[in-house]
Amino acid sequence: MEETLLYDRRTVEALRAAIAREVDRLGRPLQIMEVCGTHTHAIAEAGLREALKPGVRLISGPGCPVCVTPVSYLDRAEALARNHGALLCTFGDLFRVPSSTGSLERLRAEGADVRILYSPRDALAVARDNTSRPVVFLAVGFETTAPTVAAALLEAESLGLGNFYLLPGHKTVPQALRLLAADPALRLDGFLLPGHVSVVTGAGAFAFLGREFGLPSAVVGFTPADILRGVLEIARQRAEGRAETANLYGRVVTEEGNPRARALMERLFRPCDAEWRGLGVIPGSGLGLAEEAAPHDASLLPAEVPPPREPRGCRCGEVLKGAVEPPQCPLFGKPCTPDLPVGACMVSSEGTCAAWYRHERWRLEGFP
Amino acid sequence: MCLAIPMKLVKKDGWQGEVELRGVRRTVSLMLLEEAEVGDHLLIHAGYAIGKVDEEEARLTVEGLERLAGAMDGEAP
Amino acid sequence: MSRPDRILMGHGAGGRLTRELVREVFLPAFANEALSVLSDSALLPAWPGGRPALTTDAFVVDPPVFPGGDVGRLAVCGTVNDLAVAGARPLWLSFALVLEEGAEMAFVERCARSAAEAAREAGVSIVAGDTKVVPRGKGDRLYAVTAGIGAVPEGRDWGDHRIEAGDRILVTGPVGDHGAAVMACRHGLSAEGLRSDVAPLGGLVEVLAASGAEVHALHDPTRGGVLVTCHEVAERSGLRMVLSERDLPVRGEVRAVCDLLGLSPLSSPCEGRALVWVRAEDAPRALEALRKHPLGREAAEAGRVEAPAAGRSPVALETVSGEERPLDLLSGAELPRIC
Repeated sequence: MEETLLYDRRTVEALRAAIAREVDRLGRPLQIMEVCGTHTHAIAEAGLREALKPGVRLISGPGCPVCVTPVSYLDRAEALARNHGALLCTFGDLFRVPSSTGSLERLRAEGADVRILYSPRDALAVARDNTSRPVVFLAVGFETTAPTVAAALLEAESLGLGNFYLLPGHKTVPQALRLLAADPALRLDGFLLPGHVSVVTGAGAFAFLGREFGLPSAVVGFTPADILRGVLEIARQRAEGRAETANLYGRVVTEEGNPRARALMERLFRPCDAEWRGLGVIPGSGLGLAEEAAPHDASLLPAEVPPPREPRGCRCGEVLKGAVEPPQCPLFGKPCTPDLPVGACMVSSEGTCAAWYRHERWRLEGFP
Repeated sequence: MCLAIPMKLVKKDGWQGEVELRGVRRTVSLMLLEEAEVGDHLLIHAGYAIGKVDEEEARLTVEGLERLAGAMDGEAP
Repeated sequence: MSRPDRILMGHGAGGRLTRELVREVFLPAFANEALSVLSDSALLPAWPGGRPALTTDAFVVDPPVFPGGDVGRLAVCGTVNDLAVAGARPLWLSFALVLEEGAEMAFVERCARSAAEAAREAGVSIVAGDTKVVPRGKGDRLYAVTAGIGAVPEGRDWGDHRIEAGDRILVTGPVGDHGAAVMACRHGLSAEGLRSDVAPLGGLVEVLAASGAEVHALHDPTRGGVLVTCHEVAERSGLRMVLSERDLPVRGEVRAVCDLLGLSPLSSPCEGRALVWVRAEDAPRALEALRKHPLGREAAEAGRVEAPAAGRSPVALETVSGEERPLDLLSGAELPRIC
């Protein structure tokens, strides 16, 4: 694959010019939302938000599964370590996310055993080596990750690892998109859809955006050219009065997605209502564990979880909806920074506030 | 969302596979993509292959971009 | 009496076991006159002239053995390089070890041999040492703490105070090799072509000094990689560092490891590279000199220095797409991520 072309200056310039022409044709600026933390990161790195103004305003939505993990989830994870001596296994992304009283990083400094893993499969070896205590994998992530966790759980069952648990925290994207698409205050013209979630769900899973809400959408990859192609497609559809889901990441995304991955998810997970940090409960947007997997469900273990404490003044919820931009949060930069995050949007390297802080704060007055 | 990297399947042993990118190798699980064949380029996420890279689509994408950039050049004053 | 095959608490007690360890493992490896006296302090040979430079470092790398080296080699090279980039000719090192009870003797011997070999390569002597042993579980096999003394030749004045807007930033080779090799080990990635770049840079630095190019400053991008180093220099000099994504050399394997784990080659440590700030006009001459040395064959121009500007970050990357994007400092250690 000619990777370099996707980052090439000429290509990027050509796409920007084409987008500008469509904006002219439409006669007004566009507002497009992306709902994928990796897109937030890629856009910030390539400086695309600035590059597309004023014709196109790119808004970051709740695309970072770490950012939308509620405080109560982390509080429960900490309680499992404290009450049951559980060994916690987590993706690196969750390690510094603030809970009500600290974080997993602080918990480890206090003496709990918290391991950072690249793959849920690695937790199986940890469980095998620590049979005297519960080993709990913190299962967060969207549809890209949920099947991998389901596969690991299946393997754990076949290996008879009775001390292997999952604390279910997966969320699914379509329900959140419905909420956002239905919100007139956001004045959206379309969505850039998550490229790797779509590998599992299939591009067809998002067709409802056009059918029910009249909004164009595009499944795109993660290079600057990929993202700009998506913006161009949405601008064009808007100018022509169309509302379809275009698959622009055909090199890995198909209409049907990965049926085997979905089958595993359907076998071991059940849709449930889920709380999205800052957005509240979105019905049917979470994945709990099925009956069959109850022996491995850490949320069924009794634990003393304190009432959740959300930081005051934090506007993560509005940031996650794209209703405000990070600098409008009173805590942005003072005291909320990637070093000392108050809310989840700042912790994850893909959080909207973190992306802003790292890449755009210099243009704001009064910032170092 | 999610970091997923295309890597080439160089060895397959039932559900386990070894993938390679620029000389770096890792063992991954093929449980989510049983039909993968040695030589395929697979999308790897969190230690699992979740999808396959379609070379033809990749080629079409590149061609499309080349055409666009070429058209731009043609319009330059 | 045959040597125990593991480190025991007794090896740190100062008695017979300690003496055996020093005389049979460290002394033969580090072999030199000053050390062999084995007194409380090393009495050094006469001072060769120039301004003294002193550095100290601690080494806690995990895993302690990695492709391309081990903590012994790392400790010597790290110390030597801190002196070399300050413009000092490295002369003498001290080498203190904190060993964990139960560490395999073969491993300790290996590290001593690596350290000795690195010292020979670097042309330095390890003249002082110490050994302590901590109970099992309170250390990670072997921690090394070093100090190094060097001499800066008369007339050589390198430092961030010399850096000017317009200077070019050179790098002596591809970046991030050490960090990527270590991370690959930790996360089950294997790569034949991937090894730590750990190497002593004294010789390369002298070649650069002799080239006649007007060198302003050097730094070795270790912890935090090129990114942290550039931030430190930007802060101390008050100038902007702009790196070129196209020109900064990064090996394919390093890029692959970083892509897989969600890390950046820019913040991946190097242990055998230097960043060089040189007067713009002299960049070609400096590169030519560097490339003649085995450790500098892939030297390249990686960026430039600019005057500070309102609304622009102190460190930035000129991307392949032509945009300039700010490069922020890391908060905390970089963790492998899936998002």
